[in-house]
Amino acid sequence: MIVETGHFALALALALSLVQMVMPVWAARSSDPALRQTTSQAALGAFACVLFAFAALTWAHVSSDFSVQNVVENSHTQKPLIYKISGVWGNHEGSMLLWVLILTLFGACVAGARNSVPPRLRANTLGVQGLITFVFVLFIITTSNPFTRVVPAPLEGRDLNPLLQDPGLAIHPPLLYLGYVGFSITFAFAAAALIEGRIDAVWARAVRPWTLAAWVFLTLGIAMGSYWAYYELGWGGWWFWDPVENASLMPWIAGTALLHSTVVMEKRDALKVWTVLLAILSFSLSLVGTFIVRSGVLTSVHSFATDPTRGVFILAILVLFIGGSLTLFAWRAPLLRQGGLFAPISREGSLVLNNLFLVAACATVFVGTLYPLLLEMLTGDKITVGPPFFNATFVPLAIPLLLIVPFGQTLAWKRGDMLAASQRLFVALGVALVVGLAVLAMTWGGPMMAPVGVGLGAYLLIGSALEIVSRARGYGVRRTRSLGVIAQRAVGLPRSAWGTALAHAGVGVVVIGIAAQGWASEGLASLNPGQSLTVGPYVATLDRVAPKKGPNYEEAGAFVTIRDRDGHAIGEVETGRRFYPSRQMTVTESGLLTRGFSQVYASLGEVGKDGSIGLRLYYKPLVLLIWLGAVVMALGGALSLTDRRMRVGAPAKAKGRAVARGAVPAE
Amino acid sequence: MVAVTRKKRRLILITVCGSVLALAVGLILFAMSGSIVFFRSPSEIEAQAIPVGTRLRLGGLVQDGSLKRGPGQTVNFAVTDHGATIAVQYTGLLPDLFREGQGVVTEGVLEPGNHFKADTVLAKHDESYMPREVADALKKQGRWQEGGAQGAPALASAKAAPVKADSSSADATPAAGGALGPRSER
Repeated sequence: MIVETGHFALALALALSLVQMVMPVWAARSSDPALRQTTSQAALGAFACVLFAFAALTWAHVSSDFSVQNVVENSHTQKPLIYKISGVWGNHEGSMLLWVLILTLFGACVAGARNSVPPRLRANTLGVQGLITFVFVLFIITTSNPFTRVVPAPLEGRDLNPLLQDPGLAIHPPLLYLGYVGFSITFAFAAAALIEGRIDAVWARAVRPWTLAAWVFLTLGIAMGSYWAYYELGWGGWWFWDPVENASLMPWIAGTALLHSTVVMEKRDALKVWTVLLAILSFSLSLVGTFIVRSGVLTSVHSFATDPTRGVFILAILVLFIGGSLTLFAWRAPLLRQGGLFAPISREGSLVLNNLFLVAACATVFVGTLYPLLLEMLTGDKITVGPPFFNATFVPLAIPLLLIVPFGQTLAWKRGDMLAASQRLFVALGVALVVGLAVLAMTWGGPMMAPVGVGLGAYLLIGSALEIVSRARGYGVRRTRSLGVIAQRAVGLPRSAWGTALAHAGVGVVVIGIAAQGWASEGLASLNPGQSLTVGPYVATLDRVAPKKGPNYEEAGAFVTIRDRDGHAIGEVETGRRFYPSRQMTVTESGLLTRGFSQVYASLGEVGKDGSIGLRLYYKPLVLLIWLGAVVMALGGALSLTDRRMRVGAPAKAKGRAVARGAVPAE
Repeated sequence: MVAVTRKKRRLILITVCGSVLALAVGLILFAMSGSIVFFRSPSEIEAQAIPVGTRLRLGGLVQDGSLKRGPGQTVNFAVTDHGATIAVQYTGLLPDLFREGQGVVTEGVLEPGNHFKADTVLAKHDESYMPREVADALKKQGRWQEGGAQGAPALASAKAAPVKADSSSADATPAAGGALGPRSER
């Protein structure tokens, strides 16, 4: 009964999203503000309905209701409770339902944001959002219904893909979707602005928190997915340039560009058309990502099932939204009035450059991801575009971008002074050079790019520290040398300033982590108990191989003692191979030993008849910095989000200018 | 500086945009020419004279009974599409779902005598998943859904079974028909 009610709630959500879509149009014609109010109520109602539907599906999974096909295919009575819950979105239908749940959640948030979004913009935004909700709920109901029953109901389910039975994967999709779908809000805002034909700093201020929130979640989601791939797939790699990974990276890059261009728009009323285009692109790339992952054009762990009707439906959605929004853009964008002149060398100029490089990098990822599909469609040739392609295109575009990050921060708005900026960055450049050279000297004979990368990371870290220091020290007449005053001012700086510095420092941390992988080493051997394998600075000795039993799997576990070169024991690592009888599937569980930010990574191969095992061992110096840096970036974003300016109501136009020019130096 | 006209500003902007875009396009073209790997089936390798040393992806079915473990972690196996068979050598841990009679994609370099030295054996994520390239290649060969084609090597398969069976207690190889059939998730 609960399942049917959930199905009904979903149908109700479809109707409500239609109301949400139509009301703003009607309100505009009849100029009755009460109709606009209905839009918000419809958005809240749609959220409540989808939430109920989602809860109903979760209930079916938790209670192992095997009369529901979705539960049969993805659950098992012996599966631990956490995976019964995460199994709800560990499959196509459930994950689409989660997608829509988050979509309506954002809609409800916009409906509730009475203070920060002007009523008319809010109504129009919700209208566009209603259209997106309508289309996706229709997609679920017609092609991917999670509430389909099975008659007769089997006694036992088929279990969730063991690879997905992992705490990391339990939270990865919700985080990623919060990011992906969060860009639907900025998209809706952009479309609303185009429909109104008016866009200003008020718009930028209203959009910024949503972009920032989506970006924070997407950052965390990507980092989580990368860490999962690292420890669960047992290959020791952290990024494979897999199309599915690229699908999440592209909206992230576009979103990062959007984040920076909305700053320009809010502060200086410039880059309007460009910002709107980026808002459209970010969500379009999220949709392309959904298409790549969900349509089954690529087969991977993410495409839970291949069904051509779904692919066609998603392709139609893609054409509708991307084509529709770009048409709207071409038609209405000329109406948007440009403002805010600036010189090429200025904060705005550097942010334009940032946007250019980000978009170019995004384009290379886009080409690398979609070109093989296109080529296969046209010629039938099957090609693989792998890491060498992305290393040769993405990395050269990312490096100049990283170099200008601290530069942009030291340039003034409107008109900057290149020389003064270079002088201010002198410390950062000097320290980075010293760090790079010192590292090079210490690791002489090793890879050349690694010290360069570490130096670049140090440059970014010090650059962001300088950002805070020079802002606290003040400019012109406010400039002070007193440390006390500087510290006092630093504390008093707006949280968005600290957030920016923290996020940029996070980028530096990621760069150091990535660069350090140049020194990673690996070894492979067949070991009998007592035998050893040396990798990097560590020696691993196989102690024993022992069987183990889990709730829904059997495991052969290898216990390995890690010693340093002097023979001191550092710790024990357990790696195993788990066999899941319900799916007849074996999964390798890698073993990790963390030393500071570095890790020793053990992965078990096959267990031979004579008791020998295949063991692959990796030494990964500073590898944790990669994900830690991403978390620092997300923290920076979250800190900015708590800034007062993000919450207070959109100021009137004149007031907004006054704030930007006020005593606090503009960000 | 003050007198930067709108026109001049636009010119600078366009120049910078153009050069970054040109850089991106240049990088893409450069990388495309050097780092693209083509997918080939065993029959295609046999039929076409592919130069030794070419990096490519080889996909097909792991021939039953062909898996031999050498010293260390080197393994030898054969990849077949029932039209032709290519011997593959690989050093490393085989992915969890590597089984005889099932689809596989390997990446590596072609050596003299049509031997293939793989440095990557692609892990599959799902037991019922056939790499799409392999499925297409088999379709081209007209072998799709010909489960019975596995009849002859069945004996060899039984012989080879113990070698791999102890990797996990009950590593039951699904019927060859199942492995060859189209993916039947739904």
